[in-house]
Formats: sequence, structure tokens, C-alpha cells
Amino acid sequence: MTTFLSQTVERLQAPEIDYWAVAPLLIVLGAACLSVLFEAFLPKAVRWAAQVLLTFFTLLGAGFALLTYAVAEETLEQGKLTLAGTIAVDRPVIFLWATLLMLGLGSVLLIADRSVEPGGAFVADASILPGSGGVREQLIRREMQTEVFPLTLFALGGMMTFVAANDLLTMFIALEVLSLPLYLMAGLARRRRLLSQEAAVKYFLLGAFASAFFLYGVALLYGFAGSVKLADIANATTATDRSDTLLYAGFGLLIVGLLFKASVGPFHAWTPDVYQGSPTPVTAFMAACTKVAAFGGILRVLYGAFERSSWEWSGVLWGVAIASMVIGAVLGLTQTDVKRMIAYSSVAHAGFLLIGAISLNDAGLSGTMFYLMAYGFTTIAAFGVVSLVRNADGEATHLSQWAGLAKRSPLAAAVFTFLLLALAGLPLTSGFVGKFAVFAAAIEAGMTPLVVIALVASAVAAFFYLRVIVLMYFSEPAVDGPTVSVPGAFTTIAITLGAAVTLVLGVYPPDVLEWAGAGVFIF
Amino acid sequence: MSWTLIALLLLPLVGSLVVAFLRGNDRLAKTVALAFSLVELALAVLAWTAFDPGGERLQLTSSADWIPAFGVHLSFGVDGIALVMIALIAFLVPVVIGGSWADKLPEGRSAGGFFALLLAMQTGMVGVFAATDVFVFYVFFEAVLVPMYFLIGRFGGPNRQYAAMKFFLYSLLGGLIMLASVIGLYVVSADKLGQGTFDWATLVTVTRDLPLSTQIWLFLGFFIAFAIKAPLVPLHTWLPDAGAEAPVGAGVLLVGILDKIGTFGFLRYCLPLFPAASKELAPVVLVLAVVGILYGSLLAVGQSDMKRFVAYTSIAHFGFIALGIFAFSSQAGTGAVLYMVNHGISTGMLFLVVGMVMARGGSRLIEDYGGMAKLTPVLGGLFFVAGLSSLALPGTNSFVSEFLVLIGSYPNAPVYTILAAVGMVLAALYVLWLYQRVFQGPVRGTALIDAVGGPGAAVDPEKASVPDLNKRELAVLAPLVALILVLGFYPKPVLDVITPSVGATLSEVGVADPVAQEGK
Repeated sequence: MTTFLSQTVERLQAPEIDYWAVAPLLIVLGAACLSVLFEAFLPKAVRWAAQVLLTFFTLLGAGFALLTYAVAEETLEQGKLTLAGTIAVDRPVIFLWATLLMLGLGSVLLIADRSVEPGGAFVADASILPGSGGVREQLIRREMQTEVFPLTLFALGGMMTFVAANDLLTMFIALEVLSLPLYLMAGLARRRRLLSQEAAVKYFLLGAFASAFFLYGVALLYGFAGSVKLADIANATTATDRSDTLLYAGFGLLIVGLLFKASVGPFHAWTPDVYQGSPTPVTAFMAACTKVAAFGGILRVLYGAFERSSWEWSGVLWGVAIASMVIGAVLGLTQTDVKRMIAYSSVAHAGFLLIGAISLNDAGLSGTMFYLMAYGFTTIAAFGVVSLVRNADGEATHLSQWAGLAKRSPLAAAVFTFLLLALAGLPLTSGFVGKFAVFAAAIEAGMTPLVVIALVASAVAAFFYLRVIVLMYFSEPAVDGPTVSVPGAFTTIAITLGAAVTLVLGVYPPDVLEWAGAGVFIF
Repeated sequence: MSWTLIALLLLPLVGSLVVAFLRGNDRLAKTVALAFSLVELALAVLAWTAFDPGGERLQLTSSADWIPAFGVHLSFGVDGIALVMIALIAFLVPVVIGGSWADKLPEGRSAGGFFALLLAMQTGMVGVFAATDVFVFYVFFEAVLVPMYFLIGRFGGPNRQYAAMKFFLYSLLGGLIMLASVIGLYVVSADKLGQGTFDWATLVTVTRDLPLSTQIWLFLGFFIAFAIKAPLVPLHTWLPDAGAEAPVGAGVLLVGILDKIGTFGFLRYCLPLFPAASKELAPVVLVLAVVGILYGSLLAVGQSDMKRFVAYTSIAHFGFIALGIFAFSSQAGTGAVLYMVNHGISTGMLFLVVGMVMARGGSRLIEDYGGMAKLTPVLGGLFFVAGLSSLALPGTNSFVSEFLVLIGSYPNAPVYTILAAVGMVLAALYVLWLYQRVFQGPVRGTALIDAVGGPGAAVDPEKASVPDLNKRELAVLAPLVALILVLGFYPKPVLDVITPSVGATLSEVGVADPVAQEGK
């Protein structure tokens, strides 16, 4: 106590901020605040248009800022730390930011669409009680809760901060900033209100638990290392005089929080329910962007803080990866709802991604990031197609309703088939290149048995993708089956973008692979 | 840089797209598809003439960067073995298009879609045999599944969904296991050379020095994939289903070409890349091969469904091919490659004539037919020719290859060869018995009896409602018959192309050739 009091009081130094480097982050978060003001002050009639414009320009502006920084900056090779070392802007972060912005753009296109579901996929007034007459009445109102736009921007800003956070506290705050909007967005579906609200509550409760795990882990690691900075934790793991218990417990709790967000099995329990209940554009946003953010965080934490203690924990994460692949592949087989099926597929993909992440080599880093981008675009396009297949009650997500879809709408069926083949990882799709990159890194790291299990899991998972193709092409259409809506411009662009990227990354991936492998994390 | 192979690859793909756009007009779509396949055949003839049997191991090569990050090059080239297979593809596709010209498709399906898929598959098949980069080979290996899956699933028989799914999953599982080995090769080469590569010729020099245990693991990855494709017992169960449910045209390509990817893979990848493992595991493969010959033959005898019958005879034949490859002698190896070609011709023809029988009787079951030769003497005769070629009668093409396989295998694997020879006897049994039941005796069976006006009625082929072969069908079968006879009496042109490549393959394995030594 005395030493504390006798310290000379230094003036608090304001941290140096490299505004240029963090410009994309500031643009997104600033626009999010502006967007909230729009909600407060703009008349209802113009809100939707204003929000859509603001969101698009924000994403494009942030992308432009990122691009100019990436092209112009000489120090880029190493990357730089800013904001007193709490934010790192290095090559992987730039790749992940770009991925997030592009996937965010794709998701926003789906979110903004108002032609597929008249008025948009979002509830006109979220405060209407389920079971009251208002639920029916709002179905035909051509308006929506435009708050979804600021929520999206905040979530995206949180995700961008999350992948760039260089200490665990910043990371925790970013985790909350990205999670809270998602909890709300999950409950905003126009149709099937109860299911949507159930999804929101479930996601919130389990997410709160996961955040608590994460925070407890941070606390223990602080006890272990005396710092929350990733670099300091890494240094502490090499010292011999510290408590291993704190390290293991802290790491375990921390990683549980991260794996939850990434919907890696066995921490995936929320995934199918939330994917099914959320409005489909939000599901696409969660499936693509949250995955990128969560795995970006996992990569940074593993490479930054725990690389040198990897022999302590790699066995556990082997087990987690196997569990995730097996759960995703096997339970996916039993699904009858297309959104739940894609949810389990995402659990299996999370297992594949984790294999890349725990390879802990350069190839693993670039492979995982490439996989994230490839998977994100495929998923957005897939959910885009899902949102088109509708009957009188909204989206027809039960698989039996998809029978004979190829006859009704050959184009939608063909696009969806292509996306499913990409998810299954067939050559000439981005899914194959991603799997290949990740598995090659894993074998290089000596994890051949894990790769063999992953390949078998891929074969099992292929069965349920194929089952959908069989339904669409080889079965006779149901008499009162769903129709495929003609998508509006926004959804068309989103699906085209997703499918085109899936094809291009499958046929000619070298440039993006090179970009993903251009540099490593700095801490 | 040779453009021949690239043209061979791209032409059917372009054709497929064109035909897909012409789906509205069936007749035009068929004609365009046939035209593309004939131009492809002409290109294949060009490639054949450009190939110098005594020259380099891989010829007509071309290469371009694809994914530098993984050391993947888009490289193509052929040796004699690949060349004859590509020639066989180019020959069979127009035959198949002609043979499927008047197929009754399931309701709501267009002929244009069918032929577009056939041409798309042709690109995939050529790519598999022409690739000299292991990664590219893998890409084509998997890519070829997709059109075949749709061909079976959309245009096949009553149980087509099940068969298509089973076909796809078996092949995909095999392919994924192979992928582990493919990645393994990459990592091994990165270890040795600093920079990983998939170039086949480079990999051969890298992998042959690997320790035996590593070789065995990598070998198994490839071998399982190829054994599923080929198919060897016990990984064969998908073939009878797929073969039975596939439309006839797709079935010809399935057993005629697709399955040969397996045996081609043994020769191109398993043997040269992993010589020590190949020698170590050869006895296991030989056992599987002989089991396949006997088991396939016995099950063929017992089949009641003609298409399943053809599938089981193929399983027996693939046993012979595997025996020839893993007996490690130049005669047996040459015989095995020639067998791959001949099997494509004779089984392809058998499949086609079975299809023609079915088109008349409307049933796949043998018991629904009887005495058909009285109604359709020409079809009966050609069915008999196809059967004789299948059982390797001297004077037909298959005799040369089967004889070479047996005589070449005997010095190295006498017991297996003797057991395999029993398969020849069984082949005579199953072919002749099938012919007898379907074509000989009085006209009978539910499929035919109405055509002649009830049991015991006087048969007059002129008046019966079961027509004999028409001009189109004759034109489709004529080239097959011609090849069966020509290759039966004068196989030299094909052998000349095959022999040096087989010799090179065996020298990569490093086995002494017992027959050649006796000669000295």
C-alpha cells in the first residue's frame, strides 16, 4: 500500500491513435451512431431509404478506406499497433476486415430486400405481443423495424474490433458489441414471431453464459500473467514460476467463450434453433460474419497468446474439432428443415476451420482465413436462395416442400445445387480449395489422423447435401408446394455475388490465397 | 505446348453448353451433340497420329500455372495407356449418342439435357486420363461424378435415386480418402524439395525413396479410391445398382470408361509412386482380383436382371485387369491395358444390345424373354457376337488380352492364374446360358408372348410386333463389331502404343521381367 501511495503521479498519457489505420472501424461505428440518430429524428416514411443508403455508403466507404490504406501504407508488411497497443492492424486483420465488410455488404443486401417478403423480412413493430391480433395485422403492413440497420452496423463494428483486438479486455468489449445487436436481430422476424423470439431469448441466455465464461477466463489469465495483453500472456507461458492451474483454467474458460460464438460443437446447441428462428437475412449475417469474427478471434488468441503452450491444449482441441465434425455431420443427416440443416453443416464446417486454426503454422493461418471467406459467401448465397422458396405462410423451409423444385424453378435449383456442392467441398468450388488449404496445413503440422477423420466427416456430410439435390431434381413436385419468388434487385445481387465468388475462388483462387498468406499477426 | 489435348478437353464442354441451350428442340440438340462427338473423335485420331510410341514417356504435353500457392499446375499429357483410353472415350461417346438416340426418357426430361450431361462427362473423363498433375487429376476425378450422378438420378430406372446416391457416396468417399494421400504427397514433396508440387513426373522421383511404412499409407489412400472405382470385391456393391438403374448410354460409359479410372489409377499412380508398397501389398490385391473374378462370374450366372448381369460380368473382368497389373510382368501389364480397351468395346456392346432387347420387351428380367431370335434374328446374332467377345472366344478382341494377362501372370503368380482361368470357364457358362434363355427355344416370356399372339402360335417375324434392328441400331453396332474382329486378329497398332508405356511403368516399379529374361 505504501509503495502505491509513494508513487509519483504521472500525467496520464493520451494514447497515440493512427486514425488512418483504424479508419474503417471508425467509419462503421460512427455510422452506427449516426444511424441511431436517424431512427430518432427522421420521419418514419423516409427512414428505410435513409438507413439503406447510409449503410451501403458506410460499408463502401469503410472498404474504400481499407483499400487505400492497404495499398498506400508502407509499414504494412509488419502491420502496426495503435490505440496504446490494444488494436493491431496487420495483414491478417486487413484480410479479415475486408472479408467482414464484403460479407456484411452481402448480408445487408438481403436485409434490405423488401420485394421477396412485402415490406421486408422484419417485423413491423417488435413490441406487439405474441398471440395478440397485432401479429396478424402487422403481416400486411409494408413497414419494418428499421433499427435492424444500426444494429447490423454495431454488430459489424464489434466484429471488426474483435478480430483486431490485441488484448483480452478489448476483445471482451468487442464481443459484447457484436453479440448484443445479434440477440435483438434474431427476434425480429416478421413471420413465426414466437419461434423468432424463442431464438432470441435462447441466443441471449446461452450467449450471456458464454460471455461470462470468456470474462472469467480473462480474469484467471490476468491472475496468471498479470496482464491482459496477448503478448504478455505469451511471454508468461514460457516462464516456469507461474501457476499452470490459472493458465489451463483461464485458457479453457476463454476458449469455451470463443468456441461458443464460432458454433463449434459441442458448444453449438444454440445454432440450429437460432438459425431456424431468426429472419433468414439475419441468419445469413450470423452464419457468415459471426463465423469470420469468432474464428478471427480464435486465430489471434491461439497464435498470439498460446502458441508456445500448444502442447498443453492441442489434445483437447483435437477432441473438440472431432466432436464438432461428427456432431455436425451426423446430426445434419437427421434434419428435415433446410435452415437447421445448414446450421448443422456450419457446425461441421466449424470443425474443419478449427483444424486449420490449431495447425499453428503460416499455411494454417492463411488456409483458415481463405476458408472463412469462401464459406461466408457460399452461406450468404445459400440463405438468399432459402429466402426465395415460399408458400402462403412465408418461407417453406421444410425439406419435403423442396421436392421437385428444379421443375418449378430450374435456375434457383441449379444455383442451390452448386452452393450445396461447394458446401460439400467438391472441386471447382471454393469449398474444395478451402478444405484443401486447411487440410494441407494440418498434415504439415502432423495432424494426419485428424484430417482423415475430417475427410470421412465430409463424406457423411455430403449425404445430406445430396439429399436436397435428390429432392429438388429427382422427386416429383408436391401438389401444393411452394413457389420460388422472383427476387428483387438486392437479393439477386446478393445471391449472384455469393455464387460468383464461390465459383471464382474455386476455379482461380491464387490471388486470394496469396492475399490471405501475405503476412502474419503482430502482437 | 501442344493444344491437341486442350482441344479434346474443351470441345465436349463447349458442346455440352451448346446442347444445354438447345434443350427446347430435341432433334437439333441430338444432332449437335452427335456432331460434337464426331469432331472429338477426329481430334482423337489426330492425337493418335501425333503420338510417337517410341518417344518420350509423356507426350502432347502442356502446362500452365494454376494455384502457385500449392504448386499446382494445369498440366496435361498422355502416355500410351492414357492415349488408348482417350481414344476409347472418343470412340464410345458417339456410339452411345447414337445408341441413346431414341431412348424413352422419364417423363418431363428432355433429350437435350441428357446429351449435354453426356458431353460434360466426356470432358471430365478425358481430363482424368490427360492430367499429369495429381491435383488436377483429383479435380477431374471428382468432377466427373456430378454429371454421372445426374445422368443416373434423372434419367435412370425406377430405383434411380437410390442408385445415384449410392454411386456418388461410394465414389466421393473413395475420393476423399485419396485426397488425404494427395495432400500427403504434397507435404512429402515440400519436405524433400522445399517447395511442394503435384507434378506427377517430379513426384515419382520423390516418393520412390520414401520409407515403406509411409509408402503403404499413401498407397492405401489411392488404392481404396481406385478399388472402389474399378471396382474390386468387396467395394463393388455400388456397381450393380448403378449399372442396373443407369440409362443404357450412361451405363456403357460407366462400366466402359469410368470404372477404368480405377485400373488406370493403379498403373499411373499406385505403381510408379509407391513401388515398394505395391510390391508389398501385391498379394493382397491379387487375392482380391481372383476373388472378384470368381465371385463376379458366379453372381453373373445367378442374375435374373440383364443389366445387373452385365455389371457382374464387369466385376469379373476387372478382376482380370487387376491381376494383370499386379502380376508385374510386361506381358500381363500390356494384356491388362489391352483388356481395358477391349472390355470397353465388348461390354459396351453387350450393354447396348441388352438395351435394345429391353427397348423391345420393356423388361430387364431374363425370365420375361425367350426364343427372341425367332423374332429378331439380327439382334440375336449381334447379341451373340457381343457375348462371345465378352467370354473371350479366340478371334475376338478379348481373347488376345485375356490370353496375355494369363500367360504373363503365370510365372509370377501361378496359383492365382490357375484360379483365374476357372473364370474363363464360368464366363462361357454365364454368357451362353443367358443367350440360350433369352434367344433360343420357342417364343415365350411375358415380354414377348403377346407380340406373337399367345403361346404356341406360329411365329412369323414379318408380322410380329417386335421389330428387328433398324438402320440406326445397326449403324451403332457395326463399328463395335468391326473393332471386335479387327482387334481380335490384328491388335498390333494398339499394342505398339501400349507396350512402351507399360514397360516404363514396370521399370519404375523396378521389377525384373521373368518372361523377358527367359528370352535372353
